[in-house]
This record gives sequence, C-alpha cells and structure tokens, in this order.
Amino acid sequence: MSAVAVENEHTHDAHGAEKGFLRWIVTTNHKDIGTMYLVFALIMFFVGGTMALIIRAELFEPGMQFVDPQFFNSMTTMHALVMVFGAVMPGFVGFANWMIPMMIGAPDMALPRMNNMSFWMLVAGMLLMASTLFMEGGAPAAGWTFYPPLVLQTGNALPFAVFAVHLLGISSIMGAINIIATILNMRAPKMTMMKMPLFVWTWLITGFLLIAIMPVFAGAVTMLLTDRFFDTSFFDAAGGGDPVLYQHIFWFFGHPEVYVMILPTFGIASTIIPVFARKPLFGYSSMVYATIAIAFLSFIVWAHHMFTVGMPIAGELFFMYTTMLIAIPTGVKVFNWTATMWKGSMTFETPMLFSIAFVVLFTMGGFTGVMMSLAPLDFQYHDTYFIVAHFHYTLVPASVFILMAGGYFWLPKWTGNMYDEKLATLHFWLSAISVNILFFPQHFLGLAGMPRRIPDYAVQFADWNMVSSIGAFIFGFSQLIFVYVVIKTIRGKNCEKATDEVWEDAHKHGLEWTLSSPVPYHTFATPPEKIPTEHL
Amino acid sequence: MSDNLAEKNKRLVRKLVIIVLLMFGFGYALVPIYDVFCDITGINGKTNKTAANEIVYKIDKNREITVEFMTALNESAPILFKSELKQIKVHPGQYYTVNFYAENKTNKPMVAQAIPSISPGLTAEYFIKTECFCFLEQTFKANEGRTMPVRFVIDPALPDKYRRITLAYTFFDNTEKSVKK
Repeated sequence: MSAVAVENEHTHDAHGAEKGFLRWIVTTNHKDIGTMYLVFALIMFFVGGTMALIIRAELFEPGMQFVDPQFFNSMTTMHALVMVFGAVMPGFVGFANWMIPMMIGAPDMALPRMNNMSFWMLVAGMLLMASTLFMEGGAPAAGWTFYPPLVLQTGNALPFAVFAVHLLGISSIMGAINIIATILNMRAPKMTMMKMPLFVWTWLITGFLLIAIMPVFAGAVTMLLTDRFFDTSFFDAAGGGDPVLYQHIFWFFGHPEVYVMILPTFGIASTIIPVFARKPLFGYSSMVYATIAIAFLSFIVWAHHMFTVGMPIAGELFFMYTTMLIAIPTGVKVFNWTATMWKGSMTFETPMLFSIAFVVLFTMGGFTGVMMSLAPLDFQYHDTYFIVAHFHYTLVPASVFILMAGGYFWLPKWTGNMYDEKLATLHFWLSAISVNILFFPQHFLGLAGMPRRIPDYAVQFADWNMVSSIGAFIFGFSQLIFVYVVIKTIRGKNCEKATDEVWEDAHKHGLEWTLSSPVPYHTFATPPEKIPTEHL
Repeated sequence: MSDNLAEKNKRLVRKLVIIVLLMFGFGYALVPIYDVFCDITGINGKTNKTAANEIVYKIDKNREITVEFMTALNESAPILFKSELKQIKVHPGQYYTVNFYAENKTNKPMVAQAIPSISPGLTAEYFIKTECFCFLEQTFKANEGRTMPVRFVIDPALPDKYRRITLAYTFFDNTEKSVKK
C-alpha cells in the first residue's frame, strides 16, 4: 500500500500520460480510468440496447417473428444484466473516478492500482457473462433475478454466469472501497464533510451500500452453484430448502442495488441544476440526510418485490408501510430540485434539459412505485408490464438521462472543447419524446394484464406494443447522435474552445471549474486553498 | 504526510474489507435465520415433518372447514400423481383419511419425495397429520402405482376466520440424488 502512495507522490507528478496503447492497460490515473469506465459503459449501453431492440422487434406484433422463445428469454435476462452491471453502474463509477478527486481537491484516488484492477476485472466479468451467449443451452434465460428452481435448468452457462457475477461483484466492491477511502481520507483540508458536493455525498453512501450488498449477492449465487453441482439444498424443497428463501436473499441485495443506480443520479442532478438555475442548491443538508434516509430504508423494504409469495398479513403490512416511507425523503429531494429552479435565472443548455426531464420523469416513475407499494394493488401489477414501465422510468429517463447530462456537463471541462449544442439539443428532444412513446404505453399493457418476459402475447395487446416498439427504435437510434457529438467534441475540429469555467459562474459551484480546460493530467497536487460554497 | 495517508488508507481499507467479509457471512447466516424465524412465527406453511400422535379432540360439529387438495410435479417428474378427492368438508377435531395415488411412469426404480405446503401459511400449525406419505422418501418399482393415505385432523383451536385450507403436495424425483448417496 505504501508503494502505491510513493509512486503517486514522486513518479507520476513528474510526467504526463504514457504514450501509446499500453497507457490504457497500465494506467493508475483517475482520469484515464474514469474515461475507460465511461467508454466501456457507453459500449455496454449499446450492447444492452441492441438486446432491447431484439426484444422490441419480436414484440412489435403478436406471434413469433424473429427469435425463438428461449433466446428471447435470454435477451430479457442479458439485457438487464448488461444494462445494470455493464452500463449504469460502470457509468457512475466512471464519473466518480473522474470527478470525485477533482471535486474534493485530491490529486488522485486513494488506491490507484486497485482502481486499475477493478476496471479490468469488470471487463473480464462482462466478457465472461457475454460468452454464455455462445454456450450449449444458451445464455441464462430465467430473468436477471436468477430465481430458482427455474435458473437451475440453465444449460452450461450457469457456472459461467455465476463466476461472472462474482467478478463483477469483486470489481464493484473494490471500486466502492476505493471511492469511500478517497472521500474519507483524501479531501483537501478545508473540504469538510458538509461542504462536499452532493455527487460526492451520494457516492459515499452508494459505496457503503455496495460493500454491504454485493457480498450477499455473491453468496446467493454461490448457493445456486452448490445447489446445482454439489448437492446442497439451500433452495431445493425436496432437500428441506426453500426457493422463497432465495427471493429474500436476492432482494436483500436487489433493493439497495436499485438505489446504487439512483443515488449517484441524484448527486449529478443536484450538481447540474444549481449551475443552470444560477442559485445555490435549495436545502443542501436536507439532501444529505434524505440520501442517508433512503439508503437506510432500502435495507428494510426488500420483500415488496415478493408480495405475492404468500406472506402473512403482518409481513405485507410491514413492507408496505416501510416502502411508502421512502416516498418522503425522495419527495424532499424532488421538492428541493424544484425549489432550486424556482425564481432562478434559468438557461436551458443540454445538461439542464436532461436534468429537468429527469426531475419530471423520475417523479412519474416514483409515483408508479408508490402505487405498487400498496400490497393489495401489487397483486394486479406483479410481473406485468406495469412493473416494467415503472423501473424503466426510474432507470432510463432518470439514471441514463443523468449519465447523458453529466457527459454533456463535464465533457467541455475534460476535453477543452464545447460540444455541438444544436445536435445535443436534438439528441435531448428525440430521447425525451421517444422514451415516453417507448415506456408510457407499457403502463396500459401492464394494467390490462400483459405479463412481462413473454415473447408472444394475446392480440388485445397488439396496438400499444407496436407503439412501444416504434418508440424503442427511435430512442435507440437517437443515442447514436450522442456518440457522434462525443467523438466530435473529443476530436475538437470545428468546435468552440471551452473557457476554464465552461458554464457561467460555475467556479462558484465546484472545485473542478477552477481548473483549466482541458484539465491537466495531474490536478490538485497541492490541495486548493479556497472551497466554493455556492452549492451549500 | 504521504506515509501518514497511506497508513490511514490501509486502516480504512482493512475495516471496509472486514465489513465485506461479514456481509458475505451474513448472506449465509440468512439461511438458518430464515428457518428459525419461520419456525417461531409459523409463517411458512410447513406442516409437521414426522407423524403426530393421534390425540382425541372435542369435535366441533358447528364448524365446517373446506380442505382442498392440490398435486403438482417438480420439473415435470415422470410421475402420475393425483388426489382421490378435490376437496372435503371437515369438522375441526375429527380425523379424516384421504387417499392419494402416485405411479412411477418410468421403467426404472424411482425414489421420490413429496413436499407438503399449507396455505394460508398461518393455519399450518393447526393442520396435524398422523399419517402421510410425505414423512419419508417413497421408493417405487418400475411402473409401480400405489395408493397412499393421508390422515389428518384440524385442531379446533384454529381461529374462526379461516374457512378454507389448501394442502398442496409437490412430488420431487430424487432418484439421481439418492443414487449419489
């Protein structure tokens, strides 16, 4: 460990990036690793998106068109795994790597070598997961939740999927430990906890969530593995086990996991909105406490994912009320963002457009969440397209939109070039409209009784499925604009140069805007003297 | 400063790794915790696993409970499995015997285990079996069919609000696992 720190102190400060391809393999620089995480997340976003389009193409019309049912089920399963573990989580880790050291005035992450290792382990894990697509018996097809006994019927892919989960788990645990250590130990002397930008705060809490839940998930899939190959009976009723137990363990991991994907979203939104509203963030400390409250509640609500397993009334009520409680801290956040914008001198650059869309559409996803928290109503919604619509509203126009917003927001700082505002605005409007064409009809389908994870459906669901599929294709192809804009900005031809503060008065909002654009390879070798406080 | 920081990082990482290990253990600890919790609260719909002694209860002729019987097969086990009755109306405190029929549809001997489940789960502790084919693994010869009785009583202490109880059996083909043993 001391070797890491020594290297950090003496050798790296002296020179810039390594030359050539090897730079990306051996780098311990937080900016390089952040870039790799973000590029990897973007690639996985398109891989997962392609799977989604296969699903939507098959569902465009009733009847079987393009794929066989087994492959269809593999697609729903792999789409979820790729998007959760390959796109959204690494996307936020990428932002954490890039921004957290710059936001807290640190020269790098606390454990730069482990940082490199956790990235490459992520790549290995995702490749292993993807390799299952080519195995006998196909990729896992029992849903990303891996429920037994169904998942135990997976072909040769099961052990590989389990080991892939282990690798991904180790990777995100290492990433989380690194982020926690950076935030707790590497802050500039004047950067006290309650002066930290909210993105840093939300990642600190996310880090703790990750180290608490990923080991539980690793344990759960290990139990599946031993049930299948070593004659244990954790989930096998014939041997005295219980398949419902798996659901409890899985959702003990699974519910905090969904907050792992949404808390950093809140953090970036809370960073962007004050800059374009030209006001301090409304209710900074309440934002911090609300985040902590949400994180705490996430550990005691898990069984609302399984209201229909035959729980006693007392259990249904407990999980129903605790779930409804989550609406309170979440509501605090939504009101705070709204109050931040209230009477602000707002401008509508692309990061702000995505953030406003996030506030509106995430709230809609939150409301359907409140509907499903009601145990008696959930019996109707359970495992229908309504839940599909719900979590896609909280993930796509929330997490994914904010990943886009963060990209547009910080890209000028990273590259020194302004992105093409016209194309970016086009990207926003196409995305914002098509995402609603894509997911809103799924509410109707779910309420009408269409089950999730089916390749074919009754004819009465035909119209809205067609609308949804049309939205899916528009949304999917609109994302290519983003790739084009990003590449164009990085290359910098015909691009406006970004100023040091990039956005008007941004230097009042965060330390990263006090650096030059593009940011030097090494920053804050000496901790900054002055801490911006506009975000407080 | 740097040595100091490295030391600080090391200490913090050690603590965080301990949390990770503890949580991995906690995942496994959930298994016995779950069993104990379900056992204490009786919410899992699990009935008695060994034969209960036949105690004489006071028969409550005024109450009638409908008991439904369901049969299912795990992973399409090659077994024909059905209940003689779909449902029966019973008085709490009185003993009843219901026959189930199971047939091995393969040309090889088979070891199979039936797992019962009661719903609503909270009635499980009032549903008492003195005889059941589910207490032990059942061995069938090739193509053998057999009628198997279940003798049960409903404890008159069953709360008034329950009028209908479902007893569901799932047959598991355990032949492969038994061979390994």
